[in-house]
Amino acid sequence: MFKQLVLAATLSAFGAAQAADNVKIGMMTTLSGPGAGLGIDIRDGFNLAMKHLNKKLGGLPTEVLIADDAQNPETAKQISERFLKKDKVDIATGVVFSNIMLAVGPAFFNAETFYISANAGPSQYAGAQCNPYFFNVAWQNDNLHEAMGKHMQDKGIKKAVLLAPNYPGGKDALSGVKHYYKGAVADEIMTKLGQLDYAAEIAQIRAAGADALYIFLPGAMGVNFIKQYAQSGLMKKTPLYAPGFSADEDVVKAVGPVMEGVFNTSHWYREMDNATNKQFVADFQKEYNRLPTLYASQGYDTALLMDAAIKQVGGKIENKAALRKALETVKAPTTRGEYRFGPNHYPIQSYYLREVVKNADGSVSNKYVAKVADKLADAYVAECKMQ
Amino acid sequence: MLAMIIEQSLNGLQYGLMLFLLAAGLTLVFGIMDLINLAHGSLYMIGAFLAAAFFQYFQSFFPALFLAIIVTALIGAILEKLLYRHLQGMNHLSQVLATFALILIANETVKIVFGAQPLMIGMPESLSGSVEILGDDLQYPIYRLLIIGVGIVVAIGLYYLVNKTRIGMWIRAGASNPTMAATMGIRIKPLFTFVFALGAGLCALAGGLLGPLLAVSVGMGESILIPAFEVIVIGGIGSMRGALVGALLVGMIDTLGRLVVTSLLKALAISGAVTLGATMASMLVSLLMVAILFFRPKGLFPARG
Repeated sequence: MFKQLVLAATLSAFGAAQAADNVKIGMMTTLSGPGAGLGIDIRDGFNLAMKHLNKKLGGLPTEVLIADDAQNPETAKQISERFLKKDKVDIATGVVFSNIMLAVGPAFFNAETFYISANAGPSQYAGAQCNPYFFNVAWQNDNLHEAMGKHMQDKGIKKAVLLAPNYPGGKDALSGVKHYYKGAVADEIMTKLGQLDYAAEIAQIRAAGADALYIFLPGAMGVNFIKQYAQSGLMKKTPLYAPGFSADEDVVKAVGPVMEGVFNTSHWYREMDNATNKQFVADFQKEYNRLPTLYASQGYDTALLMDAAIKQVGGKIENKAALRKALETVKAPTTRGEYRFGPNHYPIQSYYLREVVKNADGSVSNKYVAKVADKLADAYVAECKMQ
Repeated sequence: MLAMIIEQSLNGLQYGLMLFLLAAGLTLVFGIMDLINLAHGSLYMIGAFLAAAFFQYFQSFFPALFLAIIVTALIGAILEKLLYRHLQGMNHLSQVLATFALILIANETVKIVFGAQPLMIGMPESLSGSVEILGDDLQYPIYRLLIIGVGIVVAIGLYYLVNKTRIGMWIRAGASNPTMAATMGIRIKPLFTFVFALGAGLCALAGGLLGPLLAVSVGMGESILIPAFEVIVIGGIGSMRGALVGALLVGMIDTLGRLVVTSLLKALAISGAVTLGATMASMLVSLLMVAILFFRPKGLFPARG
């Protein structure tokens, strides 16, 4: 017995000598401009996890380099080059927007550097262009729309109005909903990207007299629309359904109490009953004095995944094949209870319905309603031939 | 259908009058001081954020709006004294660069002070309902009617100020020929400070009033700056009447156009009507501007002869 222990100790010491002595993480996210709220939440969630992990990933001292892509693909490309050539990061993460992810992805893949996306989940990297070096901890972009489409179908909604901005992301969102929702579409409205006033659309929605309204309006557009929709008094007649990112705490904070009654889908909700999530939610509020959003949970989960995978390979992050295997298979703790990676390195997970409700103290926030989809994969996984 | 047309016309009127509040300041500064101020939208953002901050402090809408207007006008006056005065007389490229820098500075400052997430301004409880205009078919939000009312009052007030008062005479003189006006004994410098503060105050009025309808977020200034510039190009730079007419035109065309173009395409059963309609509607205002520039390069109501 003693001999075995000595042997094990020697072996692990030997192993440790071969392993890297520290980890460098390149976190490039959107920290300025209109989309900054999302990037800041991802960064703060990630940093909170680092604090909980005593600034170590898999036991190795970790340096996190934080950079702002300003939501500009050119800036993002330059930062990626710097991360790869000058800083020589071991793992990168952080990008919020899919157009930026698509711009910087190839540089990381060519350099055989793992990219673990905490948000952007473009269909390209889920399908034909899937890559062994790309992982997404959050979702494929269509997932939250599909989950809502499924919920609307299950709920037996007969007649819905769909609304999205006129750009590729908007069209994808609506096709995601229609993938599962088979009821009648009373009206499909495409708006100008960055539109401010939605009075004309709201009048159309009123005229359509549908049972449900689905919107996909990212960022300030969503806040604009929901404020005006709530005020129009239509919320009761034609309830509002949205993906989680149009109705998370950042939006609730901006719209205020009138947002009561908005339904939205997410892979995470704040009251989730697991130890990881409880610690995350409590400490996030303590640390940053605001409620966490799904973005923050994704940042947090990304760090936990890195930690678990690096631990599994015993800190030998140079062994890319082993690290990949670990990332694919390790059962990392997560705020959302459980998720697995599909063959395209995108999560297969449950999705939940949340509703914005008034709390006892008069404040408004999201509340869990029901599970709407179990072990949902994405629509592109079949096109992926992972090498 | 009648109800729909009336409702959309009211919406167009409301959007147009809000644009007018911004365009009025922009056209005065552009016309009188010959200064391109890209950071005009930043004053609108600052006004909206101040209104939101005061709202959260007082929990009351109108005092917050009033204070925001005063403070933003003060910020405008200070900026004029510290920066814009020195930009005058420089070429337009320098002005564009300097005021663009100001946008970046304003955005980052607002983010540091108020955080990156949008803020909330609640609307007064008494104004949050709707009124019946045409029976059950047409219920219009009281708050939007209030915006229309305020817009009309401000438009009349500005008309009176510019056309019937001594200060207005100076402003018109300054707009039409600043050098001559100065030679005739008009104290141009305090007048400029006043005009700039007035423009900033109008920005804050627009920002605060729109706060309950729009996202009070970093970058909100840029999104409204382009329509405001379109308005003054259409109306004629430096002309208050031009700003009003231009703003109403842009508001109406933008609002009604979205409805009309899409329904027309749908009626014609063209495939992809939804996408095509949205694309075409968003070009309408720009098309109008191009047409105006082609037929009347100085705008509908040119201020200078």
